[in-house]
Amino acid sequence: MLAESLALSAVLFTIGTIGVLTRRNAIVIFMCVELMLNAVNLTFVALSKVYGMAGQVFVVFVMTVAAAEAAVGLAIIIAIFRHKQTVNLENINLLKG
Amino acid sequence: MPNFFYEVHFYLFGLLAIASSIAFVTRKSPVAAALWLVNTMFCLAALYAMLEAHFIGVIQVLVYAGAIMVVFLFVVMLLNLGQPSDLVDIRGKWGRLAAGLLGLALLAQVIVLAGRKLPEPFTPGGGYDPIAVRDLGAVGSVAQPLFNEYLLAFELTSILLLVAIVGAVVIGRRRRVDAR
Repeated sequence: MLAESLALSAVLFTIGTIGVLTRRNAIVIFMCVELMLNAVNLTFVALSKVYGMAGQVFVVFVMTVAAAEAAVGLAIIIAIFRHKQTVNLENINLLKG
Repeated sequence: MPNFFYEVHFYLFGLLAIASSIAFVTRKSPVAAALWLVNTMFCLAALYAMLEAHFIGVIQVLVYAGAIMVVFLFVVMLLNLGQPSDLVDIRGKWGRLAAGLLGLALLAQVIVLAGRKLPEPFTPGGGYDPIAVRDLGAVGSVAQPLFNEYLLAFELTSILLLVAIVGAVVIGRRRRVDAR
């Protein structure tokens, strides 16, 4: 089942990447990043059956970082929404020259 | 031992995960997208359990599907973004072209890598050890390396979480107008 797991993980990662590139809603893009993290976690778990339990330990770390990232990122989105009244990335272009 | 019943359910949850993630990317409403993502995470939790990572499966449901997605839905509710916006949410021609090209490139990489062989395990006695898992339990077999080899990283994680909490509060706080 290792090959199937790795293929599924690659497909999920690709779907997440396509979501990041095609959507404009900042919150949906953020959720796509979470999907990509999940795909990587699946790789870790699948390979932990071959290479030892360290893979599952890394999954725990990835989840912690994802939780911290979600908290800070959503706080940033709330701050931007207060400033701009939108979460559409087309309207958030302060760095555009 | 993989048998027919096992394989059927493995493919079932895998296909469900792919279908829900495609539905997640294509939904217009952020709430519907979030719920499809929760469905994907449940399918992945089932796959973790089938890959004999039971503790990770439980944590996936509790932390990812439970805590993180609730935070996302909470922000959607707080900002009142529940209904799909009138603005087009999908990017224009160039964004879709770039996404398609990247998708094709990733797919090509997968096809190339599918023919390769995995390197040998580089840790002595590495690999999944059913006897250790039976002795230590599903939680203990994860906790054993976590609190021995990776103790420093574990402690640093707590600092990361503290910084994230403080950062979220400071960034998300409403500033008074006369503060500056």
